[in-house]
Amino acid sequence: MGSRSSHAAVIPDVDSIRRETGFSQASLVRLHHRFQALDRNKKGYLSRMDLQQIGALAVNPLGDRIIESFFPNGSQRVDFPGFVRVLAHFRPVEDEDTDQDPKKPEPLNSRRNKLHYAFQLYDLDRDGKISRHEMLQVLRLMVGVQVTEEQLENIADRTVQEADEDGDGAVSFLEFTKSLEKMDVEQKMSIRILK
Amino acid sequence: MLRAALSLLALPLAGAAEQPTQKPESLGEPLPGLELFRWQWHEVEAPYLVALWILVASLAKIVFHLSRKVTSLVPESCLLILLGLVLGGIVLAVAKKAEYQLEPGTFFLFLLPPIVLDSGYFMPSRLFFDNLGAILTYAVVGTLWNAFTTGAALWGLQQAGLVAPRVQAGLLDFLLFGSLISAVDPVAVLAVFEEVHVNETLFIIVFGESLLNDAVTVVLYKVCNSFVEMGSANVQATDYLKGVASLFVVSLGGAAVGLVFAFLLALTTRFTKRVRIIEPLLVFLLAYAAYLTAEMASLSAILAVTMCGLGCKKYVEANISHKSRTTVKYTMKTLASCAETVIFMLLGISAVDSSKWAWDSGLVLGTLIFILFFRALGVVLQTWVLNQFRLVPLDKIDQVVMSYGGLRGAVAFALVILLDRTKVPAKDYFVATTIVVVFFTVIVQGLTIKPLVKWLKVKRSEHHKPTLNQELHEHTFDHILAAVEDVVGHHGYHYWRDRWEQFDKKYLSQLLMRRSAYRIRDQIWDVYYRLNIRDAISFVDQGGHVLSSTGLTLPSMPSRNSMAETSVTNLLRESGSGACLDLQVIDTVRSGRDREDAVMHHLLCGGLYKPRRRKDGVANAEATNGKPRDLGFQDTAAVILTVESEEEEEDSDSSETEKEDDEGIIFVARATSEVLQEGKVSGSLEVCPSPRIIPPSPTCAEKELPWKSGQGDLAVYVSSETTKIVPVDMQTGWNQSMSSLESLASPPCNQAPTLTCLPPHPRGAEEPQAPLYPPSDPHPSFAFPPSLAKAGRSHSESSADLPQQQELQPLMGHKDHTHLSPGTNSHWCIQFNRGSRL
Repeated sequence: MGSRSSHAAVIPDVDSIRRETGFSQASLVRLHHRFQALDRNKKGYLSRMDLQQIGALAVNPLGDRIIESFFPNGSQRVDFPGFVRVLAHFRPVEDEDTDQDPKKPEPLNSRRNKLHYAFQLYDLDRDGKISRHEMLQVLRLMVGVQVTEEQLENIADRTVQEADEDGDGAVSFLEFTKSLEKMDVEQKMSIRILK
Repeated sequence: MLRAALSLLALPLAGAAEQPTQKPESLGEPLPGLELFRWQWHEVEAPYLVALWILVASLAKIVFHLSRKVTSLVPESCLLILLGLVLGGIVLAVAKKAEYQLEPGTFFLFLLPPIVLDSGYFMPSRLFFDNLGAILTYAVVGTLWNAFTTGAALWGLQQAGLVAPRVQAGLLDFLLFGSLISAVDPVAVLAVFEEVHVNETLFIIVFGESLLNDAVTVVLYKVCNSFVEMGSANVQATDYLKGVASLFVVSLGGAAVGLVFAFLLALTTRFTKRVRIIEPLLVFLLAYAAYLTAEMASLSAILAVTMCGLGCKKYVEANISHKSRTTVKYTMKTLASCAETVIFMLLGISAVDSSKWAWDSGLVLGTLIFILFFRALGVVLQTWVLNQFRLVPLDKIDQVVMSYGGLRGAVAFALVILLDRTKVPAKDYFVATTIVVVFFTVIVQGLTIKPLVKWLKVKRSEHHKPTLNQELHEHTFDHILAAVEDVVGHHGYHYWRDRWEQFDKKYLSQLLMRRSAYRIRDQIWDVYYRLNIRDAISFVDQGGHVLSSTGLTLPSMPSRNSMAETSVTNLLRESGSGACLDLQVIDTVRSGRDREDAVMHHLLCGGLYKPRRRKDGVANAEATNGKPRDLGFQDTAAVILTVESEEEEEDSDSSETEKEDDEGIIFVARATSEVLQEGKVSGSLEVCPSPRIIPPSPTCAEKELPWKSGQGDLAVYVSSETTKIVPVDMQTGWNQSMSSLESLASPPCNQAPTLTCLPPHPRGAEEPQAPLYPPSDPHPSFAFPPSLAKAGRSHSESSADLPQQQELQPLMGHKDHTHLSPGTNSHWCIQFNRGSRL
């Protein structure tokens, strides 16, 4: 990695990006390489098309939603800081992350933010709640074709009701967090190489 | 040959079964009074002794567990070893010579396989593969490290003159000894760690290591053994190379054998649809065949069985029937526990035989210190390296537990017994040292590891019930991570796992699973299914009644929840006794079990769970208060079912089967309100006082067997016997139930004689039951409540309605539809008096 760090100068605003995302220099360089490789026409940003051409994403049931997550608020392009910002959710939680002073904004890879990233993949209409319908859509993507629509609906019902605490028939982010209380989200939503 | 003599002395525990005539004179207790039967005893001696030993061990287990205090402090393996010591001492005192030893042949061929199969089959595969890197490192590098350092250090000790000169051993001998003493033993680890409950990651690392290091141990042992036998002077450079190569051959070969048999096993169970009974047998046979094949080819047999169990489980579990699954699980656990018990006991007994071992304090103490020290050192070094690559580093506490949890056991003992004394002159010393090491690790470390874990506050494993949310979100996370790896362009673990899952879905599962089993395969569905089963069981346990067909699609399900939440049993006892009587008659007459299974299964398959409104819990409870009173007539409902052809395809489209099903249910309502009759209300009730309503006898067990039918056919079969009984016994029951109903129910219908006066129910409005009338009364004046009729029709119009109905449900407060159609909740359903059996 040391040899690559000379490339760090190429990245604009490298310091502020590092502060925001917590990525190491080496990771940023690696990600920048990847960004440039994905950016086919060297236009300096990525479009949806650029991400869609990644072969394996096409077969990923959540592929489209994940691509969409790179383009918040319906924008058509994502620049490098935006690209890195999304990926920063998956940076492993390290010790120094936990004892940050409260004045600083919560790091992107906090448990809450990791969960929120997953949550907004469900919450298509961005109303802060996973409705039964949205749950059903996800289930349809995830569960194999062998399960019939009706059974899927049953599962969706049960899933929503399991998490639904205030009885509004939808899962709010708070309820979502609660339903995953026991899961080691920090571990399950982290990728080692993104340090 | 000495070994032959030894094996003669030893109790050929199961080996005796092979050679029943082998031990003519070494009879344990030649009771004088048994003279008459003596020859018969010889006939049965070997198996009899085997059975007796297992019995003694099992009884000992029972005794240990009588006191919870003891078992919570002392691991079972310790107690068994100590018991073995005592028993061995008794045998020694009585027979004047040591008998019944842990014989290597018996151990490797009969005692070890069940334990390994059990652990491989029930290995949490996800966890295992998540930590595969660490496990392999510890298993391969760690074992090699332990073997060489321990061996070399002991040799150094000897060179330093701390080991008595009578221990005639060179460097190779010590390396051989190091190789057999260094391997962490799966049996011991399992026995101790199962009681300690450390967190899953830690457990899987220690335990996975103990399983996978077998290949290394076998290779090292064999290589060193052959080097010793060749003599160090004759060992060529190529032999070292061969030794290294054989490591790969043995481990990969063993794994390959296991996978091949796993494949065969999965494939075979795909075709056992008509011979369910042999499914469990197949699992055991093929796994055992894998073990023997690997053993035959001198590959790592433990690895083979582990891989076989690990590889086949997913497909086998999907293919075999539910009952077979339970059988496999239980038999496996029983065998493993049995083998484990016997191993530890025999270990204790074997230690008594002082003719086999010779003591040397320097060697024993040196070995003890070295194995502990080098284990700890090895763990620390490897963990340091591994932590560079691990997402969740193993902290110091983990390392302490891992070092301390390196228990040695019966494998080492069996291997040391197998040594050839003519080639390894120091064998007796090695045997003694091994015994001490095994005893020390199992007893001292086994005793102290629990307090240690507590003291260090090691993260314990926490058992929490699986929830659908967790399962679903976990899958989401997996997909997200795989996608992010794609975006980042780094093909890591998640990428490959995703790839494997796709491959598995596309090809392997297609090949190895019967088509009807696909659904079980889906994990989200699986969790959903299991949750439903759990709910159903707790529901039934609490005295609930399983609702059948329409109970599922109609909004009657709140009853389930309220049943579970309130004390149903009390309700039943208090209110429903009179009406219940006849039910039991029916139940006993009917070929109960199969049907119950069928209905239960269908019920579960069809999705027992229905949305509930928690805040309405109280209302639900109230709403179902009247429920027990329905029993009398509900069970008599004549529901005619179209028996589906049991094609596998049916599962693929269960919505359609359900539809057919609904149409196939014919209700013959005699002279009641027309609404019902024309409506063919699925699940509406009908009294069937005459045999002419007998359905086309679908009671044949096979047709009802749970696994053969999709979730669709939820209807009840009423056989002729039922209806024959009914007029006699049901009469009073009907009267009772009717009266109880009518006394509470809709005012217009109160003409039946009141035999029992049940306390009027507060929510009497809900009581109008299904339109039925006592058979004694030809002119029913039971007015059909309009609201009920409406509800009935709306539910029954077509099955296309049903999904909508369901869809509405979560949005529709329970109070709403009780208001809409009072009482529909509870009585549009057929019940089985299952609770009464439990």
